[in-house]
Amino acid sequence: MLIQSAASAGTNPLAGTAAGWMWAIPLLPLLGFLINGLVALTSAAHFGPADPTAASHAAHGDDDGAGHGDAHAAHASTRHRFAAVTSIVGPGVLVAAFLLAAAAFLAMRAVPDLSAPFVQRYFSWMPVGDLSVDVAFRLDQLSMVMVLVVTGVGMLIHIFSVGYMREDPGYPRYFAYLNLFVFFMLVLVLGANYPLLFIGWEGVGLCSYLLIGFWFSEKANADAGKKAFIVNRIGDFGFLIAMFLLFANYGTLDFSALQAQAGAFVFGGPLITAIALFFFLGCTGKSAQIPLYIWLPDAMAGPTPVSALIHAATMVTAGVYLIARSNFIFAAAPVAGLTVIVVGALTAFFAATIGLKQWDIKKVLAYSTVSQLGYMFVGVGAGAYVAGIFHLMTHAFFKALLFLGAGSVIHVMHEAYHHTHRHDDAQDMRNMGGLRKHMKVTWILMWIATLAISGIPPFSGFFSKDEILGTLFSRADGSTLAQAHWLGLPGTVVIYGAYALGLAAALLTAIYMTRLMLYTFHGPNRTGEQERAHLHEAPWVMTGPLVVLGILAAVGGWFNLPEIVTRALPLGPTGLLEHWLDPVVGAGTARVVGSGGEVAAGTEGLLIAVAVAIAVSGIAIAVTVLKPARLVPKAQASPEQGFERVLNNKYYVDEIYDAAVVRPTYDVSRNLLWRGIDTGLIDGLLVNGSAWLARLTGWIGSQFQSGQLGTYAWVLVLGVLLVLGAFHHSVLP
Amino acid sequence: MPDVPSLFYTFHFYLFGLVAMASAVVFVTRRSPVSAAMWLVVVMFSLAALYVMLDAQFIGVIQVLVYAGAIMVVFLFVIMLLNLGHPAELADARGLWWKLAAGAVGLGLVAELFTLVRGATAAPYTLPAGYAAQQVAAEGAIAPVAGPLFHEYLLAFEVTSVVLLAAIVGAVVLGKRRADAR
Amino acid sequence: MLAESLFFSAVLFSIGVIGVLTRRNAIIVFMCVELMLNAVNLTFVAFARVYGAGGQVFVFLVMTVAAAEAAVGLAIIIALFRHRHTVDLQNINLLKG
Repeated sequence: MLIQSAASAGTNPLAGTAAGWMWAIPLLPLLGFLINGLVALTSAAHFGPADPTAASHAAHGDDDGAGHGDAHAAHASTRHRFAAVTSIVGPGVLVAAFLLAAAAFLAMRAVPDLSAPFVQRYFSWMPVGDLSVDVAFRLDQLSMVMVLVVTGVGMLIHIFSVGYMREDPGYPRYFAYLNLFVFFMLVLVLGANYPLLFIGWEGVGLCSYLLIGFWFSEKANADAGKKAFIVNRIGDFGFLIAMFLLFANYGTLDFSALQAQAGAFVFGGPLITAIALFFFLGCTGKSAQIPLYIWLPDAMAGPTPVSALIHAATMVTAGVYLIARSNFIFAAAPVAGLTVIVVGALTAFFAATIGLKQWDIKKVLAYSTVSQLGYMFVGVGAGAYVAGIFHLMTHAFFKALLFLGAGSVIHVMHEAYHHTHRHDDAQDMRNMGGLRKHMKVTWILMWIATLAISGIPPFSGFFSKDEILGTLFSRADGSTLAQAHWLGLPGTVVIYGAYALGLAAALLTAIYMTRLMLYTFHGPNRTGEQERAHLHEAPWVMTGPLVVLGILAAVGGWFNLPEIVTRALPLGPTGLLEHWLDPVVGAGTARVVGSGGEVAAGTEGLLIAVAVAIAVSGIAIAVTVLKPARLVPKAQASPEQGFERVLNNKYYVDEIYDAAVVRPTYDVSRNLLWRGIDTGLIDGLLVNGSAWLARLTGWIGSQFQSGQLGTYAWVLVLGVLLVLGAFHHSVLP
Repeated sequence: MPDVPSLFYTFHFYLFGLVAMASAVVFVTRRSPVSAAMWLVVVMFSLAALYVMLDAQFIGVIQVLVYAGAIMVVFLFVIMLLNLGHPAELADARGLWWKLAAGAVGLGLVAELFTLVRGATAAPYTLPAGYAAQQVAAEGAIAPVAGPLFHEYLLAFEVTSVVLLAAIVGAVVLGKRRADAR
Repeated sequence: MLAESLFFSAVLFSIGVIGVLTRRNAIIVFMCVELMLNAVNLTFVAFARVYGAGGQVFVFLVMTVAAAEAAVGLAIIIALFRHRHTVDLQNINLLKG
């Protein structure tokens, strides 16, 4: 099969075009990583988080615990001496990679009816027995979309980072990590087999860890990095098991080879369901779904552009990509698909409720991300792979915009505090308010993103979210999912339940996003009298990318207009993305749809009307209920009561995990594994015991050393007798 | 020598063998070192005779000259030098059980050696019967030994000179009366 | 005559071993070792008759080593005697570990 795909690469119409340069797309960020890494090494001895200026950071960290990382961006006064090099190289490689990706995209567009993926094999990586894994990149319609999103959004965030991080002493190190992340992300989406995808999967996890703990001199940040890393390992366990199962049963890990065997999968069989569920366990870790979502809110300890790139736009969507990529597996396992739908819908709703009552602007966005990822999983779980990827794309636009906007706000807030030498929380919305007067561009752009995420037409989020919910609704009738059973419940019931949860989450999304906007940009300013004078718009290098993302967030829906819209208004082509992705996911989607079909146009119109009504009412509720004028700054705020307090404390899930998982693990490790097995058994019995045994035999042996030659002679002769006797039995017949 | 040795030959072969064994037994049972040494000389002469009968005339001569002549004389010199000639000074205090155990071990050793060598001749490598005697008749007694000694075993032969040199140096150093020793 | 020679050799060797095990006089123990060497020589000579004169070369080498050993060994005994005024092995335990 490998040979076949290699052969098809030779005859692939893309072979001679710009797409043939796809190996350079990931290598460019890798080159940037090497250069920036070298620059970072040159003066690590002089600068870095441990330098004397960090004293002010530490003092700052004292007055409030988590989420203070961003404080340093404007705080540090020691700009790196080679910052100029990094400013050119860091975003430069991304611009080049994006241009290359765009060229490859145009080359793909030029080929009519491109159905076979374009696979480039570079070298054989693991030829072990029956297992043969190549380092090979696979460019097809799906990975093309992902490459464009990663390099495009990544490029904008890199440019934004130049403004955001320039004053930080760790500036080259930051860009080295960021470039390395993009490299691994591109390996993830371009890899032609599961092990290569896994390399990217682990690599982005590593970069995520490094960047969450970027300001590692504060323990909370380092702990957040560790938490992300460890929680992700649980998911990776699932990913590995799934790969083992695939190899053990189908003998290959190559996408093309597995897809060719898809017909042989036992539909709904326990094996394929187990594989799909183990893959999904990996997804819950990487893409922050219940029960492994807990790391993502803590990951906000990293710099805000990192949150935008890694923890909103790209890395956390890797799970969605994995399921879309493995659509031939999930399409054959309806129970796994229903599991994905249930977990996704629950996560969407659950995270949205937490988002209602967070005060940290980045925490709100973090829970919003978890919630939106839930939507994507609902989409891919329901076999609406196009809708899932579509929402992934629009989410990358508007969530990156929201995070970068929040980054601008934090940047400005922090600079203001820095001018007056006040130490207060620059991320708490209770300290903001009325910023629209000072940051007009950011204010407008963030409203666009808010309307997009809330699902208000004609912004991008409306189209993608509506497509997910609409497709989910249509799956309730006649599809293979509807015919399956999930924990005894009929699939139809599960799907309607998930649909209801999705609508509820949409309402909550509109509410908490409007709340964020109201508290941040509207009402009176609560920053402080002196500080107010220093509030101003962020520099153009930061607002520029915001404008581009704002345009994309506004018109992103154009990429996949539903038929019901194009029939009424001649806005553009229908289902552009759907047609584009059809060669990759079409078969899987068809398998899930089964005997079901589209909902009637009238029903579809009704569903859209309901969704829009919900979004609008969410915004209306927020505007009427919430009174920004009544809010007091954080320092004077009184603690919440009742259910609000539960929400503010995120349902105490971290505490429950701590009591149910972390503490028992810790106790077992300490008392049984360390004291019992390590100290008692290994150190006591095995290590010291063997030493004692050696000493004993040595003592016995030394008793023979009497110095009496007679004794020695006896021992010698008896030895000779024994050896000769042994000869007797072994040599002679 | 013909295939079947003559009665004369066989008789003398057994005679010297028995003399050697008997003298050896007497040798280990003598209390006085001097008489023990003399009985050992008898064993060595008998062995020299056996060597000659086994067509190793040169080795037989060397046995008499070097072993019986030189080495045993050195032993006697040392015995005389240390004035160990009086048996009363040397109580042979090993007990009866000790001796019985040693005898049992010795018998066991004989038994094991005997079963080991039984049938151990590898036929493809054996020379035709009487070959050694014909070789001696044709080349003389020394040439058959000298040939391999100076060809195949030349290196070993040269290395023995180093061994002997080391032994000479060692003996001189050990035997020298130290200035500080009383 | 090979079988007889090997029998004599085995017996002489065992007598040497018994001597080493039972005697306490260092010089007699030494002479027993010489007896054992001679027994081995007889084996060499007997086999040389069957397999070729190379075996006699080994006898030659054994004699050389025996001579060297006698020189060094007796020198050691003399040095010991000077030091301890005895050659009784029971009174010498310098090899005690």
